[in-house]
Amino acid sequence: MSENYFKVTRPGINTTFQDSGRQQLHHVGIPTSGVMDQRNYILANKILQNENNHPVLEFAYQGPKISYHGQTINFTVTGSVNFNIIKNNQEIKGNCYQANTLEDGDQLDILSTDKSVYGYLSFSGKPVVNYQWKSCSTNTKAEIGANDGKKLELNQKILIQDIKRISKRSLNYINTKIENIRVIKGTNFDYFSDDAKNIFFKKEFTVTKLTDRMGMRLEGEKLQNIIDTNIKSEGLVKGVIQVPADGNPIIMLSDHGTIGGYPKIATVISADFDKVVQLPPGSKIKFKQVNLNDAETIFKLYEMETTNLISKIT
Amino acid sequence: MIKNISNLGDAAVYCDFGIEVNKETNSKVINYFNNLREQKIEGITNLTPSYNKLIISFDLRLTNYDKIKKKIESLELKQIKKISEKKIEIPVCCDETFALDLKRLENKLNKTSKEILDTFFSKEYFCYMTGFIAGMPFFGDLDNDMQAKRLETPRVKVPKGSIGITEQFCNIYTFESPGGWNIIGNTPLKVFDPTNEENPNLINPGDLVKFKKVNINEYKNLNE
Repeated sequence: MSENYFKVTRPGINTTFQDSGRQQLHHVGIPTSGVMDQRNYILANKILQNENNHPVLEFAYQGPKISYHGQTINFTVTGSVNFNIIKNNQEIKGNCYQANTLEDGDQLDILSTDKSVYGYLSFSGKPVVNYQWKSCSTNTKAEIGANDGKKLELNQKILIQDIKRISKRSLNYINTKIENIRVIKGTNFDYFSDDAKNIFFKKEFTVTKLTDRMGMRLEGEKLQNIIDTNIKSEGLVKGVIQVPADGNPIIMLSDHGTIGGYPKIATVISADFDKVVQLPPGSKIKFKQVNLNDAETIFKLYEMETTNLISKIT
Repeated sequence: MIKNISNLGDAAVYCDFGIEVNKETNSKVINYFNNLREQKIEGITNLTPSYNKLIISFDLRLTNYDKIKKKIESLELKQIKKISEKKIEIPVCCDETFALDLKRLENKLNKTSKEILDTFFSKEYFCYMTGFIAGMPFFGDLDNDMQAKRLETPRVKVPKGSIGITEQFCNIYTFESPGGWNIIGNTPLKVFDPTNEENPNLINPGDLVKFKKVNINEYKNLNE
């Protein structure tokens, strides 16, 4: 039997294998990692009728260009992504949220994400990647996960096995952008001056370039701390907004350090994670306060919306 | 035993064991951590113990804050015999190529390099927690006259194996990483091993370590 594989002719900016991540390891210092945008990950695998934890390629801004070799395979791209399928030197513009086909010798060129950050590429077959702690999610800082913990590299050859063919399935879906990020007050909210509390909920913040899978650094009017700019280091969770001495907030994302020593002004609600991670540098955002009950209700609605989208894949 | 339980966002419980950082408070944190781990409560995704806090994160699709809070409040606490509590010897070389901040510390602490190192190596340290980066242990307590603030400008890259001190604590950088602690030496020991999924960390909370001074030749031999 011949091999099925793709060869990387351009790796893209930050292309890594990801799945739902790894749990029960924060106490040893290993972050959860996993996809940044959960919904777009789920949709990619549902369109192809893959298992829930199927590995995908996550890319940021510019995706990879690959050439495919082997038996015919299906793939889909999710997010707001411009891409072309190249067959016999002819470029065909691709559509997101659709099961497409790659035949032996075809190429896939993922050009860019449109006014967003992350996109996902999934295949109707299993990329052969290494697993650590039951997850292939790549953490490039700790060098854990698929591809020896590294980003996709030029000229790499990735084998794909267990290829199945599926019918032409698709979903009509357009990602919307978030303007108001909903948060719950943090455990150190009272470390900040009344002015700072006002600024936090009333003024705009800008997403800076110093943003990656670990965290999103924001810039705005300085948030003045009146108690202490350090706390005794303690656990962190995704969505926590820490404010170091410089007064600029940082939102913890999938690869965040497991503990940290800066005061926590607020935490982004779970229902808003997928939209927050998609904000490119330069985006203007505002924080809006909600209470725990609201956050739980909003999360139920978010889950219902995802279930509803899955049911609309035909 | 837990002084205060509150929510950290909508998918985590924040357990505060009090403001003091000492072995006694930390042992309570670790005991809760061990008990909760044994219970395997549905929906809990991570338990993150630190000096005086325990953060319990959960999957909001499977459970919620009220449910987990009730479980913690009704937990019948057993004194679980710690899996860990090993005594570990850590070889450290303080050659000037490794002890990046030793000269700076002479001024900060008003001691000679020899005095600083003699004091540092004279006692055993207790591991309070591991984390920030994979496998990084945090130890205490340094003597009162050994407590220095962090560097004013943190290093972008602290070399792997570096031994750092700040305030009442010391740590080991398991990877090259950014960091602001005062570096006084380097260990050739492999402190984090990702290929050992069962127990990737050489040092765990509750363990006692004794740093042992080695010279550059011994360091090189150990590194081979």
